[in-house]
Amino acid sequence: MAENMRMRAQLKGEVTEVKVLMTHPMETGRRKNDFGDLIPANFIQLVSATLNGKQVLEAQWGTGISKNPYLTFHLRGAKVGDVLRVNWTDNQGKTGQGEIAVTSV
Amino acid sequence: MQRRKFIKALFAASALALLPFRTFAAMWNTSAFQATKLQEAMAALQITNISPSNDIQMVAPDKAENGAVVQIEVTSRISNTESIAIFVENNPTALIANFLFGEGADGFVVTRIKMAETSDVLAVIKSGNRYFSAKKRVEVLENGCG
Repeated sequence: MAENMRMRAQLKGEVTEVKVLMTHPMETGRRKNDFGDLIPANFIQLVSATLNGKQVLEAQWGTGISKNPYLTFHLRGAKVGDVLRVNWTDNQGKTGQGEIAVTSV
Repeated sequence: MQRRKFIKALFAASALALLPFRTFAAMWNTSAFQATKLQEAMAALQITNISPSNDIQMVAPDKAENGAVVQIEVTSRISNTESIAIFVENNPTALIANFLFGEGADGFVVTRIKMAETSDVLAVIKSGNRYFSAKKRVEVLENGCG
């Protein structure tokens, strides 16, 4: 769906494994460019995941999460076809989102 | 003017207090993330009386070639795991992330973090009013905080 996120939600037995890869520079605000100027902080602060509209996870992030953040988490009780949605907001107010249906292995 | 501002602030604060209780914070904990010292970051998250626990498993490399990307996996077998906070003691800001789990989510997370130098990586699990921790030393060969 969105170009700033790649997702997969796979039902494996009782557990649904959700993997999310977001595209984001995750600048700390402490790094300098080639001209010696500080690169402004630019990082994801909040990530929210919902399953069929019900929130299942919230992540609060600082500048210590790596560039192009990667996240795996596990859900119980999800069924094939359930809709998993992930939204993020960064410190500059930009947002990103992705949506995927749960699949079987 | 000052008083008007104060009253406005008072109203805003009380409006916040009146919001119904929610599992999720939906608000970034600025003071916790800006804290440079581990203890300050923990205090900002109201973490107290931590007990080390063998029911928390942390998978992280012994040595990281590049501190810019260090994969950390935390599994909590503690019942009613509400959240997992990850700290790197020797980073410029100690708190890396706080994951809050809703109904149906396991106390488990894999993520990739930046490490400025060799440090203990600490995972703190919240279960009710109790806190449990596990830590692992990761040797960093190349700084990843830039």
